[in-house]
Amino acid sequence: MAEKLVVVGNGMAPGRMLEHLLEAAPGRYEVTIFNAEPRVNYDRIMLSPVLSGEKGYEQIIIHGDGWYIKNGITLYKGHKIVAIDRTSKTVSSDRGVTTPYDKLVIATGSTPFILPVPGNNLAGVLSYRDLDDVQAMLLAAQSRAKAVVIGGGLLGLEAAAGLEQRGMDVTVLHLMPTLMERQLDTAAGHLLQRAIEARGIKVITKASTKRILGERKVEAIELADGTVIPCTLVVMAAGIRPSAWLGKSAGLEVNLGVVVDDYMQTSDPDIFALGECAEVGGHVYGLVAPLYEMARVAAAKLAGQDVAGFVHNDTPTKLKVTGIDLFSLGDFADGDDRQEIVLRDASAGVYKRLVLKDNRIIGTVLYGETADGAWFNDLKKKQVDVSDMRETLIFGQAYQGGSPLDPMAAVAALPDDAEICGCNGVCKGKITTAIKAKGLTSLDDVRAHTKASASCGSCTGLVEQLMTLTLGDAYNRNAVQPMCPCTALGHDDVRRLIKAKSLKTIHAVMQELEWKTSCGCAKCRPALNYYLVCDWPGEYADDYQSRFINERAHANIQKDGTYSVIPRMWGGVTSAKELRAIADVVDKFEIPAVKVTGGQRIDMLGIKKQDLPAVWADLGKAGFVSGHAYAKGLRTVKTCVGTDWCRFGTQDSTGFGIRIEKFMWGSWTPAKVKMAVSGCPRNCAEATCKDVGVVCVDSGYEIHFAGAAGLDIKGTEVLGLAKTEDEALEVIVALVQMYREQARYLERIYKWTKRVGVAEIRRQVLDDRERRKAFFDRFVFSQKFAQVDPWSERVSGLHKHEFRPMATAGLVQAAE
Amino acid sequence: MRWIPIGNTSDIPQRGARCIETPIGRIAIFRTADDRVFALDDHCPHKGGPLSQGIVHGAAVTCPLHSWVISLETGNALGADEGCVRTIPIKIEGDKIFIALETSASQAA
Repeated sequence: MAEKLVVVGNGMAPGRMLEHLLEAAPGRYEVTIFNAEPRVNYDRIMLSPVLSGEKGYEQIIIHGDGWYIKNGITLYKGHKIVAIDRTSKTVSSDRGVTTPYDKLVIATGSTPFILPVPGNNLAGVLSYRDLDDVQAMLLAAQSRAKAVVIGGGLLGLEAAAGLEQRGMDVTVLHLMPTLMERQLDTAAGHLLQRAIEARGIKVITKASTKRILGERKVEAIELADGTVIPCTLVVMAAGIRPSAWLGKSAGLEVNLGVVVDDYMQTSDPDIFALGECAEVGGHVYGLVAPLYEMARVAAAKLAGQDVAGFVHNDTPTKLKVTGIDLFSLGDFADGDDRQEIVLRDASAGVYKRLVLKDNRIIGTVLYGETADGAWFNDLKKKQVDVSDMRETLIFGQAYQGGSPLDPMAAVAALPDDAEICGCNGVCKGKITTAIKAKGLTSLDDVRAHTKASASCGSCTGLVEQLMTLTLGDAYNRNAVQPMCPCTALGHDDVRRLIKAKSLKTIHAVMQELEWKTSCGCAKCRPALNYYLVCDWPGEYADDYQSRFINERAHANIQKDGTYSVIPRMWGGVTSAKELRAIADVVDKFEIPAVKVTGGQRIDMLGIKKQDLPAVWADLGKAGFVSGHAYAKGLRTVKTCVGTDWCRFGTQDSTGFGIRIEKFMWGSWTPAKVKMAVSGCPRNCAEATCKDVGVVCVDSGYEIHFAGAAGLDIKGTEVLGLAKTEDEALEVIVALVQMYREQARYLERIYKWTKRVGVAEIRRQVLDDRERRKAFFDRFVFSQKFAQVDPWSERVSGLHKHEFRPMATAGLVQAAE
Repeated sequence: MRWIPIGNTSDIPQRGARCIETPIGRIAIFRTADDRVFALDDHCPHKGGPLSQGIVHGAAVTCPLHSWVISLETGNALGADEGCVRTIPIKIEGDKIFIALETSASQAA
């Protein structure tokens, strides 16, 4: 029978341990995990990119729910283990679950150090450890108010950079005279401070926090020298402490952390500890590489294998702030028995320092140019005598052995066992072997198969160089990003060739442009379908099987497989009759949730798919048509009440909004298009963060575009002023048509604008009258075929199969 | 093995899917561009998304919730994702489709 293995904690270290263990001894253990966080295992190193908006939560998940199911692992989410009974060999959670173990692994990680100052428990004081912290910070950032980050170390600076990118006014307080003093020498610390300040982040060093001020929530922070800094958010990033109390309460030997031997065994032979909560050889660790090493050792031990014990190694430090290159390793304090080699290039912002002892590298600081980090790390690890290359050592590997070589040669010259990815401990040989053996051609492939550059990503450049080296011309990282793995062509080429070669079906595109798959994939098919719909109105037959389910079912799929329905309310205006009809539908179909949307519409959620046609039929009788709230198309035109009611209104913003919506509804666009019309510069319809917005003024209509208020927040650009409503409509329509014809599928207007430039768009749709008219006419023509209410079409029977089960297999048959 | 008739191939759009309700849950029946027919649990191993609502390409379907790609032939997640959906035995006679439920029901038990 399988032994029972219980793991307390579900961070990166135990996750990696289980991966190794499942590989080494499949079926040996019945595994149960207790995770105090209510979620699966995710990549904590990538919290900073999530904070800055470069990645989403889904992208940093290491093990999805499926992984636990597939491996037969029981995962208790949101259960905190509160007691270990070593006599009866059980653990108990705060939610009352008690589970027996044969072997127990404690991986409770660490807790942030909270400054013991008055006010540290006010609302608005956060730490920076897990996803909940990040989500709280993102919420706080929406106010774009002032934030103070306490701690100018790795974590604090990443938090500061992320918050700044989210639009906050950020100040970093650091107790020591220079930033990251544990990893950087003074010179590099100053360079770093300059670079951080250049981003608009204020840095105060030698700053000792006296107290945090505020009634119930944070209002300001006061320093020991009396300085008061107003703020609404305080992030404590002043270090971490191993979370060892569970081990301690169980009577295990605990010092800084839970004390373990080189094999991760605690003072109780059936209990292991690893990760940030473990103390091995007097050290506790907070970087991922040694934690993964612990995971490897513990897994081998649990699998009953002989394994070399854990060995302390210096881990290089890298800062994950886009645009700042920094690498530090080992010991770089001055000393009589030490020599240093320094290179400074002020104009290029480069600083490099090597610390040598007995002709061997013991420490490295690189700032501004870090490509040689891996090489220096290798020399240090192997204790290479550098006497012969001392003169040129600091210039890097490319300069060894006479004439300067090209940078690729430096990577080529690395030995096979040189570590490329520090986070995952992946060496050069493993990457090149995988590329060759598995025929990998993209960075994503290499990440999926080797894990190299899959954690913090700072070695991406090196991995790409290795790919170029191994694949030769077959890999060109500067090449156009292909639409998807089915083709080598990018979106722009495909769009151009569809027109140039008059390709009018998806099949023709795939045939003529030599698609590599028989019928495309879920990335290229919806894109091609849109391009053809847009380019050949009236000629191309829409391919429903190439549309996402939302556009096939004309409703939004929800997480439980039900749908939400939003009828169109022109300009956000409704009536008693419409509201009654909605209420009746909600009652009749027992719709569980009704919600008012941000686009001034009413959303009915939780509708079963087979009910959709009947829901639409009833809504249709009250005069409703589809709100296209599911479409890559015109969504909503939000309005304020304008001159009809408002004391300040300058134009009929409601009427104009309705006019735009009635003119443009039904059109398909590369990505969703949301609009708004405000009647005066007070801008109650929030037109200045929309894809297209109008702000009415006394002299006419100010046309805005390229705003964003979702994943990114961005105010609009002003396209220009139109004197009349007719002129404003023509400009807006021309703008949208230009976007329809030129943007890439799924590219919102603000991203397209960033690529094409405001000036070019203004030239084409505002200044060039003839061109504007041509865009307008093409839009009007395509609307002839697009303005068909999809709901009434389906009510009258189109695509019936979509909404009905094909058959119901009875119980009797199955029970036989 | 007892085969249960569930309908005709022509009931399903090419590169599309239909569902059938059974005592062991909803099953998705897929038809590829080259008229091959497959039956899988209508439940993505990732977050339980309804695979029948996804885009069918080659002999695979992309889940509508988070874009996992599932092989219709094996039920395995393709690419770097890990997971597996139960496949249901299926038989075609002429245009008629049959599935074998009891086998799957006993597997499920």
